Amino acid sequence: MSTPAAAVETLGLGKRYGHAWALQDCSFRLPPGRIAGLVGPNGAGKSTLLRMLAGISTPSAGEMSVLGWPAGTQSTETLACIGYLDQDRPLYRGFRVSEMLRFGRELNPRWDDTRARRHLDDLAISPRSRIGRLSGGQQAQVALTMCLAKRPELLLLDEPVAALDPLARDDLMHILLQSVVDDGATVLLSSHAVADLATVCDYVIILSASRVQLAGDLDHVLASHRMLLGPAAAAPPVPADGAVVSSVTTGRQTTMIVRAGQLIAGQPASAQPPAGLPIADPAWEVVEPTLDEIVLAYLRHRPQDLPQRPGRWARGAAPVEAR
Amino acid sequence: MIRFRLDPRSGVPAYRQLVDQVRQAVRLGLLQPGDQLPPVREVVTQITINPNTVHRAYRDLESEGLVQGQQGRGTFVLAAPVPAAAPEQVAELHRELVAWVGKARAAGLDDEGIAALVALSVRPPGTSAGATRMAETGREEIAR
Repeated sequence: MSTPAAAVETLGLGKRYGHAWALQDCSFRLPPGRIAGLVGPNGAGKSTLLRMLAGISTPSAGEMSVLGWPAGTQSTETLACIGYLDQDRPLYRGFRVSEMLRFGRELNPRWDDTRARRHLDDLAISPRSRIGRLSGGQQAQVALTMCLAKRPELLLLDEPVAALDPLARDDLMHILLQSVVDDGATVLLSSHAVADLATVCDYVIILSASRVQLAGDLDHVLASHRMLLGPAAAAPPVPADGAVVSSVTTGRQTTMIVRAGQLIAGQPASAQPPAGLPIADPAWEVVEPTLDEIVLAYLRHRPQDLPQRPGRWARGAAPVEAR
Repeated sequence: MIRFRLDPRSGVPAYRQLVDQVRQAVRLGLLQPGDQLPPVREVVTQITINPNTVHRAYRDLESEGLVQGQQGRGTFVLAAPVPAAAPEQVAELHRELVAWVGKARAAGLDDEGIAALVALSVRPPGTSAGATRMAETGREEIAR
């Protein structure tokens, strides 16, 4: 398959360690050329998902396809097209930067040495420096440089900007975004800094308690949620096919995030009606929530807040993008 | 060449902010016919933004006829600036506005209240979360 319809597609994907499920019932479809943000608290299953997609660990349940290849059939060629950056940024601390590059060159058929050296030059990192002597931010930059020099079609980045100062974070995002422009790569990056993602990502996957709470186009996600503020005693004007994602009552006021019914897949948000969310009830103030507010609502929500749906989504997952 | 800014708190979608900034720059004469818009590759490092968002903004500007993309060369400003009002008209409008602000203060509105009313009048109804928050509380239909 040369141009897969989806860069990444999973269906009921799960990973079990002993008796505990690290990830369960994970289904989403990421179109090529997108930058997707994978958000969720620690232990939600973000790293587990990325490792399975990178071909490092094997799923215990479900199906997945990466760049058009089903799980387990990823050839060396496919793996060469995937750039995976582990949370721990595996680098040899005793190596010099130039030795690290040589290592990458020997192991990767698609290695672009010119690009790697240009990135390091832009970042003012000398090829003669020892990895162990670099700051945490610089090590992250070298690790990402190694990853991008493969010219991957799919980048899987596990917390690439965690623990970086704002300047290092900015520099790192810039070399990442430039590579996306140059190669048209698809990116899936995990983070708990939601504010960073809002302008960079155009697709969002919210994971919590080992499950996908929401996966979809950022535009669709924003268009299909509203924040309602109203009196604690009143019944909320939730759309018939919608659901309350979270509800917090403080004193006399209730604040809730509600979601419309499923959107039509494969259509741009602009071509769709406003997601069945005309809420006309004078008792309630209606505002458009930010991505942060939506993410927090899903991380806070109890599964019983969402209506039981038949079939795959019965356990409380809320797909915005219906398939 | 124009340098973009992003206000993540404004609630206005990022592509819309870029479109508005180009329009504004053309209106003020900071961008003139033949001027080039910054290449997408440059914009993503200026403001840390998704390249698809920049492409979308440029496509929107192109369909408005304000700019034209040239294969392999870049995106260039096409249209002459939108004719602004004559200077004497602007001065007259300004005088009226100053008088109106005086009236609003006399009626007890503070600066924030005045700004909210102006913002509400300038924006088409129902397009801004801010305006919705201020005045149309709960009554209006949400449309994007």
